[in-house]
Amino acid sequence: MLVLGIETSCDETGVALYSSEKGLVDHLYYTQVRTHVEYGGVVPEIASRDHIQKLSPLVQTLFERAKCDISQVDGVAYTAGPGLAGALLVGAAFARSFAFARSIPAVAIHHMEGHLLAPFLEAQQPNFPFLALLVSGGHTLIVKVSAIGDYQILGESLDDAAGEAFDKTARLMGLGYPGGPALAKLAEAGNPQAFKLPRPMLDREDFNFSFSGLKTAVAHLIQKNPEILISAKADLAASFQAAVIDTLIAKCARALKATGLKQLVVSGGVSANQYLRQQLDSQLEAIGAKAFYPRLEFCTDNGAMIAYAGYLRLKVGQARDLDFSVRARWGLDELKG
Amino acid sequence: MFLPDLQSTLKAAQEIAETIHAGQVVYLHGELGAGKTSFVQGLLRAWGYHGAVKSPTYTLVEPYEFSQFTVYHFDLYRLKDPAELGFMGVEEYFSPESICLIEWPERAEGYLPKADCIIELSYDGEGRDLKFVKSS
Repeated sequence: MLVLGIETSCDETGVALYSSEKGLVDHLYYTQVRTHVEYGGVVPEIASRDHIQKLSPLVQTLFERAKCDISQVDGVAYTAGPGLAGALLVGAAFARSFAFARSIPAVAIHHMEGHLLAPFLEAQQPNFPFLALLVSGGHTLIVKVSAIGDYQILGESLDDAAGEAFDKTARLMGLGYPGGPALAKLAEAGNPQAFKLPRPMLDREDFNFSFSGLKTAVAHLIQKNPEILISAKADLAASFQAAVIDTLIAKCARALKATGLKQLVVSGGVSANQYLRQQLDSQLEAIGAKAFYPRLEFCTDNGAMIAYAGYLRLKVGQARDLDFSVRARWGLDELKG
Repeated sequence: MFLPDLQSTLKAAQEIAETIHAGQVVYLHGELGAGKTSFVQGLLRAWGYHGAVKSPTYTLVEPYEFSQFTVYHFDLYRLKDPAELGFMGVEEYFSPESICLIEWPERAEGYLPKADCIIELSYDGEGRDLKFVKSS
């Protein structure tokens, strides 16, 4: 079975081909094109318009590179939510039309399910059941994964997502926007103990997060002493990063203990953070648990994870009718197997 | 009005919520971390929503359904060009049945309806200063 995956939930256009025999055949995305394909133009800010321009040529290039013909495709998977409604509609309309024209099934995929399953595209894979930390610019979730489609949300961020906190704090520190990765880079040269920042919600028994106050704490530090942006910028970045990551790891460790699970899948944009990976690997080892990550390029939004999730769902005969809709808000725990 | 902490921000918002009605547009001004999203949370709580309120930094707009009206919470920080609002179909959000709460409205000057109510939050030591202007 060959499945075409389409991801347009935010501002990255991702496409991929997944084969039941060969695994991932190929994938492409617009913002960080893997090859030398030159599309030019600006990085999309509001995605829908750009998705319309990029999606069709991207799919064409994908088939050329993979040396596949569209007649070989057995099904189409597209991200139907959550995300920006206009952006989602572009992918949904494209995927549905493609499927209709070829008389093949199309299946709607939950974006976070895609992230959740992304480590299954790697050589090292977890076994069900496992715990998952989905951590990106838009989401911070701890999910108990019992089987495909059987997801129980144990905790989430009550305000800013972790990646959002990185981006906003980077903005406060004059590192541009979105500057999360720049902040993480700067933190490498800093002392994570230089500034005392709160570890939000650690005193609470639950698995929820709150990162909005951390950003405000950094804002107060800068206001009190603007000098630190010159004299101790890397220390501030390192201290902030440590506060976020300590909190993420502490809650995950607690959730692992509470559920008795020993495997943790970490996915989403922030899972590319090297400090997070180092800290997690060593701290999980200490409690006899293990972390699983997608490769770096599949931490951010991509078509490969959607093609793979689509393959799993099409394999068991799930497909959508001709009509389609997208959902800007869509709880992961509303899914079924 | 001086707001010493988060609780007082939420309380002030809850009081102001009573003066905002369906069909109205609220602008929220203030720097990053000044408490705009917390203020929105206070408004939504007053109207009966008790779930998590996330800043729509990435999605640009988050809808909240109530029996009498729908609230649209916008964060326009990521807009590069106000014309991009047109591609979002922004005019469809402004209706007699909706309340639109808009963070960073200055990013879309000329493309938004006039505000019925303007909230300005700024840092004041450890606390915040709140200015509230009603124009209708």
